[in-house]
Amino acid sequence: MSRLGKITRRTLLVGAVAVAGGAAFGVYQIRKPVTNPLRPEDGASLNPYVIIDQQGISIIAPRAEMGQGVHTTLAALVAEELDAEWESVRVLHGPPAAAYFNAALAHGALPVPDYDLGPWQRRVTEGLGAASKLLGLQVTGGSTSTVDGFERMRMAGASAREALKAVAAERLGVDVADLRTEAGRVIAPDGTEIDFRDLAEAAATRPVPQVELRHPYDWKLLGRSLPRSDMRAKVTGQAQFSTDIVLEGMKFATVRICPYLGGGMAGFDAEPALAIAGVEQVLDLGDGVAVIASNTWAAMQGAEAVEIDWTPSPLPPTTEAMFVQIARAFDARPNSTMRDQGKPDEVEAGIEVEYRVPFLAHSTMEPMGATAVLQDGHLTLWVGNQAPREHAKVAAQAAGVAVDNVTLHTVFLGGGFGRRVETDITRQAARIAALVPETPIRLTWSREEDMRHDFYRPAAIARMRGAVDDGRAVLFDAKIAAPSVTRAAIGRMIGREMGGPDKGHVEGAFDQPYAIPNYRVAGHLAELDVPIGFWRAVGNSFNGFFHECFIDELAHAAGRDPLQFRLDHVGAESPVAGGVLEAVRDMSDWGAPVPEGVGRGVAMTWSFGTPTAVVIDLEREQGGIRIARAFMACDPGLVLDPAIVRAQMESGLIYGLSAAVMGEITFTDGRADQGNFPDYDALRMFNAPRIEVGILQDNPHMGGVGEPGTPPAMPALANALFALTGQRVRSLPLLPHADFLI
Amino acid sequence: MSVALIVNGTDRQSSLDPETPLLWVLRDEFGLTGTKFGCGVAACGACTVHIDGEAVRACQIALGDVWGAVTTIEGLSQGDTLAPLQEAWVRHQVAQCGFCQSGQIMQAAELLAQTPEPSDEEIDAAMAGNLCRCGTYSAIRAAIHDAARALNGGSAG
Repeated sequence: MSRLGKITRRTLLVGAVAVAGGAAFGVYQIRKPVTNPLRPEDGASLNPYVIIDQQGISIIAPRAEMGQGVHTTLAALVAEELDAEWESVRVLHGPPAAAYFNAALAHGALPVPDYDLGPWQRRVTEGLGAASKLLGLQVTGGSTSTVDGFERMRMAGASAREALKAVAAERLGVDVADLRTEAGRVIAPDGTEIDFRDLAEAAATRPVPQVELRHPYDWKLLGRSLPRSDMRAKVTGQAQFSTDIVLEGMKFATVRICPYLGGGMAGFDAEPALAIAGVEQVLDLGDGVAVIASNTWAAMQGAEAVEIDWTPSPLPPTTEAMFVQIARAFDARPNSTMRDQGKPDEVEAGIEVEYRVPFLAHSTMEPMGATAVLQDGHLTLWVGNQAPREHAKVAAQAAGVAVDNVTLHTVFLGGGFGRRVETDITRQAARIAALVPETPIRLTWSREEDMRHDFYRPAAIARMRGAVDDGRAVLFDAKIAAPSVTRAAIGRMIGREMGGPDKGHVEGAFDQPYAIPNYRVAGHLAELDVPIGFWRAVGNSFNGFFHECFIDELAHAAGRDPLQFRLDHVGAESPVAGGVLEAVRDMSDWGAPVPEGVGRGVAMTWSFGTPTAVVIDLEREQGGIRIARAFMACDPGLVLDPAIVRAQMESGLIYGLSAAVMGEITFTDGRADQGNFPDYDALRMFNAPRIEVGILQDNPHMGGVGEPGTPPAMPALANALFALTGQRVRSLPLLPHADFLI
Repeated sequence: MSVALIVNGTDRQSSLDPETPLLWVLRDEFGLTGTKFGCGVAACGACTVHIDGEAVRACQIALGDVWGAVTTIEGLSQGDTLAPLQEAWVRHQVAQCGFCQSGQIMQAAELLAQTPEPSDEEIDAAMAGNLCRCGTYSAIRAAIHDAARALNGGSAG
């Protein structure tokens, strides 16, 4: 962190160096170059992504490292062109700054399936990317980081390299074309070497040279599984998360906010808390209290001890009543019908069924937390987050200071999965810091606070009609009802209601590459004010389940093998998607006789640009049903780091399987019934499957990898359960219906 | 009043209430933040440390009840030299978000001390209390086998 020096409190800088690229390279649609927010105390910043000082090269990652390996891959993009020595490169989180906008966020904006985007539509989305630059959306999400950084980060490395060479050429009196670079040094024809560190200061003042990017054939780092930049810190306990910052005179805080969501606080008695050793203050936060103590344990004991008079939640009193509310959305006109082919109303349905999925918590390993101090009117925060500019803005409001007077350090995220886009923890930390100025505060939520104040993956209902004829699907008609994540989460972020058709609500259902003559997917938005937010794979996480379980039902209705049935409908529509199905077929030896007591299921979802297929094998054992094996195949196109792709696939799969087996948040009087891991668990080593991952690179467009493993995991599991037991379970979690090993 | 402890080979004094769980003494008083808080109810294993070599959940051990020398993740390596388990973790690139990994490594260290050549089933049983929301389980299992080989004089990797 110290190497970043004092990152500017203002984003407008004198003498800033323009980012590599710009209009000259056709990278950006907006012609004005971005402003470099970096102003290191020592050394030189060559652009918003590179600082070189006497200690070496630091690469600034514009996205949050939450486990997905993005620091490693983004830094490798820069290092590849810069000719930095990989082992000595340091990677830092970028400060809140418009320079770090995420252009790829807009790639999913058009109401068109990704697999079917034409060239002109891709150009339109690039234009939309420029719009997200205008908005300055510095968000880590949507499995976009690598797609977004692919050109930009290489440009940053290449232009820095050329600037360094230009300085060296002058000093040595040789032609720049005769110089080469290697391992952090410029090398002249006579063997003279100059370290980048000795050139950086002069190089940083140069105009950005025009450069061409290297051909992938010449890549030395990209395409290889690199040692992760964060690994050593994470195996030695040195990696710093939100509550690992140690400051002189620090106090320890926790909060207890009204658990009846939407309710508030009529009054409280702090005396019982103040009687606890170590408890120093109880602060009124309006809808709850903060307790400040000499240690976190005392703060948590104190928070429990405060006697609080809560006011009730306006939410429906039971989960079942919430589902009734969600189902009401079917009575209204759909918000969208993004897939509408043939004449679904004129085809008689052979199958009409309803599916349901529950609310889910993110349940990151690290409960929400932050460290903050308001000193001399300046607020400094350390918080692992997925949207630094939003967090800084909210912190400024909460502390009553100008955003120029906020320094926000993004530290490692102990899991994100969408949860840390939300600014609630930062708002609290800033507010508490402002109430006790000059005192550093480490705010740690209890697990119960974390689970009961999530922005949940919404519950959803799907009503499906389908028909088969002569071994093929002739009707797939889906209506999907749920409260809208897009409206809730984007609304919180931009401060106004989003209108128009909600693509996120139906993604994973309307955009799947199946050729079915009568094919319709309608989205119905439910009015229900449970706090909801982005959860790994967002809409795909429920629509993938609905779509792929129902395809399975159609396959069985047609008397067909479910994998071959899929291939028959997918192959012509998208050979890329067909490829991942063929891959899992071959990996799992699909079609070979399955032993007694084994059930296999398959599913495929195209999400975040990456089709991913999963085969699950279930085995009946003495103690219950074991998820024995998983075979996954994905096609994200060009793969920059195979080990990270594999790790993300496994991670997404286990996240999805955990939810499908046992994930469920229910509410009583607006309060989540689940508070900790014993009520809301996940797969552990003994009941997680053995996983085989196949990575294909036939997709002509680069896709994401952080999320696509999650959606197909859930239907593959349910389909395997059907194969094993003959029971078609149309709701999640599965545990109430089947004795999985837990 | 203060409580004397040995942490990572160093004598320490804690001024916190003896009922305070060891976890918060380590994190808040001693600044040893490598040990993580995940649940507070011994359900996730993120706070796993050793007391006299035994893996325990630091969120459940009151300061006044600590019966022996405490070792945390910070004490597992010798200066810049990583412990064999940590080296295996690096070779297998285990960590994703990394928040649970201190606890995973400390749990695995106890396993290898007791069972130098664990089977898959023994690893699964020993690690059942350690949750990982990133799902790094297959890499953890492989790294434990690899570290076992290294510790037993075989070639790692």
